[in-house]
Amino acid sequence: MSTSFELNGSPVTVDVPADSPLLWAIRDSLGLTGTKFGCGIGMCGACTVHVEGRATRSCITAIGQVAGAKVTTIEGLDPAGAHPLQTAWIEAQVPQCGYCQSGQIMQAVTLLADFPDPSDADIDAVMNGNLCRCMAYVRIRKAIKAAAAGMRSAAHA
Amino acid sequence: MHKMRDAVGDAVPTRRGFLILAGAAGASFGFARAFASVEDTPAVGVPAPAPSDLFEPTIWYGIAPDGSVTVNIIRAEMGQHVGTALARIVAEELAVDWDKVRIVHVDSDPKWGTMVTGGSWSVWQTFPLYSQAGAAGRIALIEAGAKLLGVAASACTAAAGKVSGGGRSVAYGDIVSKGSVARRFTDAELKALPIKPVAERKLIGQPVPARDIPDKTNGKARYGIDAVLPGMVHARPKIPPTRNDSKVVSVDDSAAKTLPGYIRSITLDDPSGTVPGWVMVIADSAVTADRACDLVKVEWASGAAAGVSEKAIQDHGASLITGSGGALVVDDRGVEEAFGAARTRIEATYTTSSVLHFQLEPVNALATQVGDTWEIHTGNQWQSLILPTLAKALGVPETKVVMKTYLLGGGFGRRLNGDYAVPAALAAKAMGKPVKMLLTRADDARFDSIRSPSVQVLRMALDADGHATAMEHHATAGWPTQVMVPAFMPKGKNGIAYDPFAISGADHWYDVGAHRVRAISNDLANSTFRPGWLRSVGPGWTNWAVESFMDEAAHAAKVDPLAFRLRMLNGKGGGKGGGTVGAKADNAGSAPNAVGGASRQAEVLRQVAARAGWGTPMPKDTGLGIATTFGQERDMPTWVGCVAKVRVDRTSGNVKVVKLSIVVDAGTIVDPEGALAQVEGGALWGMSMALFEGTEIANGQVRDTNLDTYTPLRIGDVPELDISFIDSTEVPVGLGEPGTTVVGPAIANAIFAAVGVRLRHIPIRADAVRAALA
Repeated sequence: MSTSFELNGSPVTVDVPADSPLLWAIRDSLGLTGTKFGCGIGMCGACTVHVEGRATRSCITAIGQVAGAKVTTIEGLDPAGAHPLQTAWIEAQVPQCGYCQSGQIMQAVTLLADFPDPSDADIDAVMNGNLCRCMAYVRIRKAIKAAAAGMRSAAHA
Repeated sequence: MHKMRDAVGDAVPTRRGFLILAGAAGASFGFARAFASVEDTPAVGVPAPAPSDLFEPTIWYGIAPDGSVTVNIIRAEMGQHVGTALARIVAEELAVDWDKVRIVHVDSDPKWGTMVTGGSWSVWQTFPLYSQAGAAGRIALIEAGAKLLGVAASACTAAAGKVSGGGRSVAYGDIVSKGSVARRFTDAELKALPIKPVAERKLIGQPVPARDIPDKTNGKARYGIDAVLPGMVHARPKIPPTRNDSKVVSVDDSAAKTLPGYIRSITLDDPSGTVPGWVMVIADSAVTADRACDLVKVEWASGAAAGVSEKAIQDHGASLITGSGGALVVDDRGVEEAFGAARTRIEATYTTSSVLHFQLEPVNALATQVGDTWEIHTGNQWQSLILPTLAKALGVPETKVVMKTYLLGGGFGRRLNGDYAVPAALAAKAMGKPVKMLLTRADDARFDSIRSPSVQVLRMALDADGHATAMEHHATAGWPTQVMVPAFMPKGKNGIAYDPFAISGADHWYDVGAHRVRAISNDLANSTFRPGWLRSVGPGWTNWAVESFMDEAAHAAKVDPLAFRLRMLNGKGGGKGGGTVGAKADNAGSAPNAVGGASRQAEVLRQVAARAGWGTPMPKDTGLGIATTFGQERDMPTWVGCVAKVRVDRTSGNVKVVKLSIVVDAGTIVDPEGALAQVEGGALWGMSMALFEGTEIANGQVRDTNLDTYTPLRIGDVPELDISFIDSTEVPVGLGEPGTTVVGPAIANAIFAAVGVRLRHIPIRADAVRAALA
């Protein structure tokens, strides 16, 4: 059966079973491979996308659940790949293997939407669901704080 | 130290003459690069178009008419930014600006020699090769440029991609375009080329943004899991109940046939014996293959391992240690005499659990036949190991198999063993079309080449002054090298072959008097699962024992653990127990790789103790623990010292790591940002395996297969990190693993300092701490 939704600002329709995971519709049917498969049970965060602006684990989200919704992937976060978090990620040289980083960044975007000036405890609470197997955590934290500071000063400018 | 590393070194074609030929198209060593992965354009991991008009003075790099330099990297990119580290070595000596450098991760080809990325070897192995290659290119370009400028070569210099002399300059690209470079270097000339003085270095040791990073923030980076070919079908395997010796009795796919998109199930016939008992479930999509796989019923005749438990493996290991078998890796004279004369004898047994790689990208491979050649699209760390196996499986010569290069969504040693490429290739052969195989996370865990559980018994003899007079170290575990490349095992002093990766670390740099190290293969482990090389391999658990034991010995000798270590890291020769029997190398060290020997290990220890405030009073239930290692192997020592600060909750048994202080001497640091990142990640791996990670074998399989029960360290667990490097111009050595080796024992020693209990098994779980405190 077919499901229509908005992906990165454009309407899309996929013809897969309604209980098929959103992750695989994005990767295989729609060809956007920046969103990754890691654990398949929503516990590593590599598959994190935004559904209506909220971080969502696409590996455990059925495609039928997003019918009519706005879905954003790492490819759609910023047209130039220059969202403040992406810029901060490069500046802090965060990624090692990089496999989890799309999910980390998408999760961090919603972190900063909820906590514009996140404490370490806020970061721990929100980012703990995103596993980085290379354990680049020190830099993830550093980049989040740098991006948050930049976004706050931009908002006040 | 051993044949594997030597084989790697020998196979790199440094001994061919370095040829620089005139020619516009770089045909001298022309090679098909059409499918090589590049880091710079258009996206990391995406097959690149063939550049034309390339001048390739060596197989290692080429210079285009626009002056850009493309450096060929034969090492896998798995998070270490290896291209950024290695390409700058060429750029430094060639005298080109970094923004002119392109990085290409090449596909497999015999001309590259051995392709392996592991052992923390990449920079260490490549540094001399690429330095000489770059220097030779510079000299050739200066000579050709001098002719174009009409001045003597001796009056010309090279910098920033230009040759200058007589007040004028000509760009490398223009020299190359005019086809005027001709120069041949013999191997001896190459080796004699002067390498830049340290003071003149512009790139080595300078922070340079890693080229692979931007595409890892925007979704463009391409990993093996992202590989796509027209007409491909998808596969998920039915993993048999045992890694070895399972046989398929029957396959019932009647339920799967009701699923639209299900194609068929294939019982693999594998001449290479890599995946016995595998059934591949084929479908038109990854989702359908996954769901169909759950519906296909397979009956197997299991191998003998079906009833084996972790306890059985560890009990077997303990019994092997009480026996007399195994390889003597260090065998000084006088061990028995020293123990006989000792005032104090101490002994302790240390164990470690099975550990999963859990690289975040589950193993996968896409295989296809193109003409008479098989292409395997996948991320891999040791192409040269799996290519012969693939050839055997497919029944073709090795020259008819090519490994296409992709980014690795984590390596950590899992992808040194390329066994996962074999079922994809066999399925593609059976289907007559491209097959992409992806393992689920649970499948990946069950098929993992885990870090074997280990048992170690250590003994020390102390004299009346509390000085060590003898030490024994008996270690047993599953041996990856024995199972996968037995020909690479060196022989011990008693003529028995051993896996160097499963004992390195025990042959430490301490002066302990007469020293004996015995390595024993746990055959029950080897037959139950396929032991793997996991980040830091043996030194990840041998040092757990050595450094925990040094702490115990210090307390037995009533000496401060730092002082106890420092007095044994005295840089003297091998055993003092009456001469050595082909004993370990001198602790004074030797050029080029281990200049300074144990004195450098002592220095990192002194420095880390000072940084961490060793000796200062700690709050209640808080303690500092110290440990030191030499990284991966005596022939390539990376000196590491660590102080862990921990706080123990006596009620819950929880151990909170407050801070890790680490000082590293890795010689010359080529890529400072990458170096720091490797030690950060490596140290946290060490902490994760000390406190959070471990599984066990139950009924021949790992018990934990996903993150619901397997619990690596998360961001909230990260302690304060203070990592620093010794400023050094010595030979650059490895950094991917040494940080992992030192943290576990430092934590256990800190727990002892905090609450006075000694934990001798990792991972250290809260219930074990509570039990010890009770």
